Amino acid sequence: MSKLIWRRLALGVLTLWLISLVVFAAVLALPGDAATAILGREATPDRVAALRDQLHLDDSIISQYLQWVGGVVTGSFGTSAATQQPVSELLSERVGNSAFLVLVASIVAIPLAIALGVWMAMRRDRPVDHAGSTATLVLAALPEFVIGIGLVLLFSTSVFHWFPAVSLLPPGTHAWEDPKVVVLPAATLVLAVTPYISRIMRGSMIEVLESEYVTMARLKGLPERTVIWRHAVPNAIVPAIQVAALQLAWMAGGVVVVEFVFSFPGIGAALVDAVANRDMPVVQTVTMLAAGIYVAMNLLADLATILVTPKLRTAAR
Amino acid sequence: MSDQTVDTAVDAGLEAAVEPVPAGAVLQRRPWLGILRNALRLGRTRIGVAIVALLVAIAVFGPLVAPHSPTEFVAVPNSGPSGDAIFGADALGRDVLSRFLHGGLTVLWLAAAATVLGVVLGVVIGLIAAYSRNWLDDVLMRGNDVVLAFPQIIFVLLAVSALGPKLWLIVLTVGLTHAPRVARVLRGAAQEVVERDFIKAAEAVGEKRSRIVFGELLPNVTSPLLVELGLRMTYSIGLVAAISFLGFGLQPPTADWGLMINENRLSITVQPWAVVLPVLAIGLLTIGTNLITDGIARAAIGIDRRSER
Repeated sequence: MSKLIWRRLALGVLTLWLISLVVFAAVLALPGDAATAILGREATPDRVAALRDQLHLDDSIISQYLQWVGGVVTGSFGTSAATQQPVSELLSERVGNSAFLVLVASIVAIPLAIALGVWMAMRRDRPVDHAGSTATLVLAALPEFVIGIGLVLLFSTSVFHWFPAVSLLPPGTHAWEDPKVVVLPAATLVLAVTPYISRIMRGSMIEVLESEYVTMARLKGLPERTVIWRHAVPNAIVPAIQVAALQLAWMAGGVVVVEFVFSFPGIGAALVDAVANRDMPVVQTVTMLAAGIYVAMNLLADLATILVTPKLRTAAR
Repeated sequence: MSDQTVDTAVDAGLEAAVEPVPAGAVLQRRPWLGILRNALRLGRTRIGVAIVALLVAIAVFGPLVAPHSPTEFVAVPNSGPSGDAIFGADALGRDVLSRFLHGGLTVLWLAAAATVLGVVLGVVIGLIAAYSRNWLDDVLMRGNDVVLAFPQIIFVLLAVSALGPKLWLIVLTVGLTHAPRVARVLRGAAQEVVERDFIKAAEAVGEKRSRIVFGELLPNVTSPLLVELGLRMTYSIGLVAAISFLGFGLQPPTADWGLMINENRLSITVQPWAVVLPVLAIGLLTIGTNLITDGIARAAIGIDRRSER
């Protein structure tokens, strides 16, 4: 078991290192002098000098990279060029809000999508299945901001007035203290990821339902519920877990647009502000975070696959 | 029992000897034409084509029939529908309908350019990786993993933060982030083809490697290639529109669907049309391209593969 897992871990670390090179290169790509590019032409020489010092622009490129990556590893991400606050302080509250948003969305989306996939597979080629297949096809096509604005139009402006259109929170409060502001952004994410997971679950479930051991279980006279949930689902779920992990990783990018739609105080909205202000330390930190989440999710998916697949579990030992 | 086995073996041997061409090798000159023809027999493809045709027509001919200039002030800001402005005025008092009719073309061509760039790059990387089967394959796939680890929109934003909101940069980065996703699918499809006899025959005859990859391999992965083309177009439209919606695409006062949503989203309660029209257009467009993609996938592969983006 350990050899396979160590190999995956090593590959994950290698990928993270290569990612850090790309993220670091963004500062090198700034036109002209990086500090002037970030602060703008009107910046005082003092501030430019201070930022040059902070980004270690007078050192060699290799030394700049090492200082930056050292900071990332030890959790000191530098100072925001726009607000002069430490990046970690600026983002800490927002990371919590975004994490809460993604958590709520996944807790709803994953079981919902799996149940939907199983249900569609059990009623294969019947009206329910066709309707579900069309709905997931349409939802999978829609960009997340279209879904989000659609929800705003429906639930906070013209038809119903149930939820706020913007997720405004007084400074210092967290998203979980005012759950109402999370409903629409989370619903947007749920609608964006559910079609992918449920479609793969449906496909995989149909395959398993046609297998001989499911026929065998039925012939043994097991109740249908046992056949489905004890015998079929555990075998059909592996591809769905893989896709669910990929969708969780996708949410690291999806929150950017969704948070912007609702002005939700998370890291996604912070990234949009930072890009507009060329606040490179913040951009780099959020980018590293999103890529790190992707790598971690892939690792988790591999681990989960190894753990739930009996063949791999024994082979890897 | 054993007789039967012998019989089947003989049958198989005969079949192999009689079969004039290796199974699966493409014989048609234009395999993609056949797939598209089959796809067009499906109702969903036709609906998709109709939707896309309608929106492309709006985007292309819209500027010609728009009643006003997209930057002309025609009414009180956020005023509702009137005789002069059928869908009312936007947050600055410009005609919503005229801005809508002018605002579709850029999304379309940016998305198309990014799709072509991403699919071409992805096909080249995927096929070369599948054919090389050595260290080159490993290097290309490791490079893929690095780009794959960035959520697409974040990769685009990283580039925009460094180089500014330039249209070419959006095309380049959206295309670049598509490439590894396309490459992975095409590599998988091509790996099966590489093992076939006709590739070995081409090698034995001494065909050039570039001819084997693009002359023998490429025509045999037409189906996944067409599906990827449709899938990436759908995501390109969403990404390009999202970048524009975030304010990093076309800059004001240009008319653009994504930008329109951004400019008018705060007045959505007073003047919903300025948001509804572009949102509907982008949503319908992606639904249309996705219906076409689904039709192609069903016609070509017989299954739908859209487990990830």
